Amino acid sequence: MSHHIVEVKNLRHVYSDGTVALKDVSFIITHGESVGIIGANGAGKSTLLQHLNGSLEPTGGSIHIGHTPLSKGTLPDIRRTVGMVFQDPDDQLFMPTVFDDVAFGPLNLGYATADVEQRVTEVLELVGAGHLRDKPPYHLSGGEKKRVAIATVLSMSPDILVMDEPTNGLDPFARRQLMALMRDFEHTRIFTSHDLDMVMELCDRVIVLHEGEVRADGPAMEIFGNDKLLAECRLEKPLSMQGCPVCGGGPARVSRPHPPHHHHHHHG
Amino acid sequence: MASINKAVLDLKRLDLLANNDSVIHRLDARAKVLVTCVFILCIVSYDRYELSALFPFFIFPAVLIALAGLPPLFIAKKIALLCPFVLVVGIFNPVFDREVLVNLGPLGISGGWISFASIMVRSILTVGAAFILVGVTGFTAVCQALERLGMPQVFAVQLLFLYRYIFVLSEEGGRASRARELRSCGRKGLGIRSFSSMIGHLLLRTWQRAERIHMAMLARGFTGQFHAYRQSSFGKAELLFVLGWSALFVFLRINNVSRHLGTLITGLFT
Repeated sequence: MSHHIVEVKNLRHVYSDGTVALKDVSFIITHGESVGIIGANGAGKSTLLQHLNGSLEPTGGSIHIGHTPLSKGTLPDIRRTVGMVFQDPDDQLFMPTVFDDVAFGPLNLGYATADVEQRVTEVLELVGAGHLRDKPPYHLSGGEKKRVAIATVLSMSPDILVMDEPTNGLDPFARRQLMALMRDFEHTRIFTSHDLDMVMELCDRVIVLHEGEVRADGPAMEIFGNDKLLAECRLEKPLSMQGCPVCGGGPARVSRPHPPHHHHHHHG
Repeated sequence: MASINKAVLDLKRLDLLANNDSVIHRLDARAKVLVTCVFILCIVSYDRYELSALFPFFIFPAVLIALAGLPPLFIAKKIALLCPFVLVVGIFNPVFDREVLVNLGPLGISGGWISFASIMVRSILTVGAAFILVGVTGFTAVCQALERLGMPQVFAVQLLFLYRYIFVLSEEGGRASRARELRSCGRKGLGIRSFSSMIGHLLLRTWQRAERIHMAMLARGFTGQFHAYRQSSFGKAELLFVLGWSALFVFLRINNVSRHLGTLITGLFT
């Protein structure tokens, strides 16, 4: 399954106004990995993601998706392989109904009508949005929009799932729902987020971007245990690793890969 | 801007009405679009002083509202929302056109007033018909029908996008306006100047959003071709609907039923 590899080599991006968003970014993500990309505002996360499916053109360096170099000719294939979930579902849901939106990708790929119908039904069930299929996207709640946006990408059967701030703006319940959904995926997953607790629960590996460079790349627990590094990159420990604000006790025991639970109980 | 937000909400409601189920709702969208077009064509083709002949045409919206179970008051309010614009269009007619056309005893009614009334009635009929069309079909289906009737796909897609993002944009505009209001503390703020920059910002944001949407479309394999999924058929019921209504409209257009009825009634008394 070598074609699920994402290889970024010396990637550099300068916007037309002269802003250097990415200085020199390199990493390799292998099949089935779940990677969180974190960093301060303006560290280059969104720019990096946009490079992964060729929405931006590199100023320097290269990107390989499964040994295929990203170029104009390979773009259609790479865009099917790399499913991109945008930060704002309103950008991603542009068709009149949920069904049309989820069918948009498969129809563009030229699947037969019956296949499209079945595929759409399947992925909507998978994200728990089967009942929404005939609704227009603007009638949905934030959590529903997000799940449908994910369905629009899943319907194209991508091998790699890229998500920009997936839990942004969701209520706690919707956030949990989404995280449970993402945990079950077998795709290679790449997230950017400021929701560090989410990153810690879902990602084995964390890449820290700082001013357009990879500042650290390693196991999530290791990175989140490094206070100095986090402070320098305008980050902090996930809340579940910080002390309890009520009893002042130490961090909750975190046992990965299961989600950490806070075991303090306060009575009276 | 608050009223714009409300108007948008109402638009959503109009669209939701299209999800109801009735004899009219079940008809193929093309049939409804065609009939509405014939209806509008008949009405705008009248002479500008025509008034009495227009009234029989109210039968079309009335029957459709009744059969489709639309809320009449809601539709009436939607039409009333447009009345100020029509008023502006027609208000100078009585001023410029003072030739007396009709004498009601001692009262002479000028052509200007009649054409003004004619404009009002026509607007109510045509706008009403358009609202009802959306209410029984849904905007999307109307666009698809237009495309299948031969409108170039580019226009159909433009219309669809316009409709899809009216909600998003009006919400954005509403938020910007509220922010301005809150910071101007009940006074005029910076007046017209702040509005011009606000509109500029809205335009830029629209532009950025358009770029992001385009990116999202490309990411899902968009190559410039929109694939229609739904297929519905134009059957006997649709044919009957189109022919029946069109025949009635043409008949009403050729014969002034109001006048015939009038002469019939006055004939009874003489």
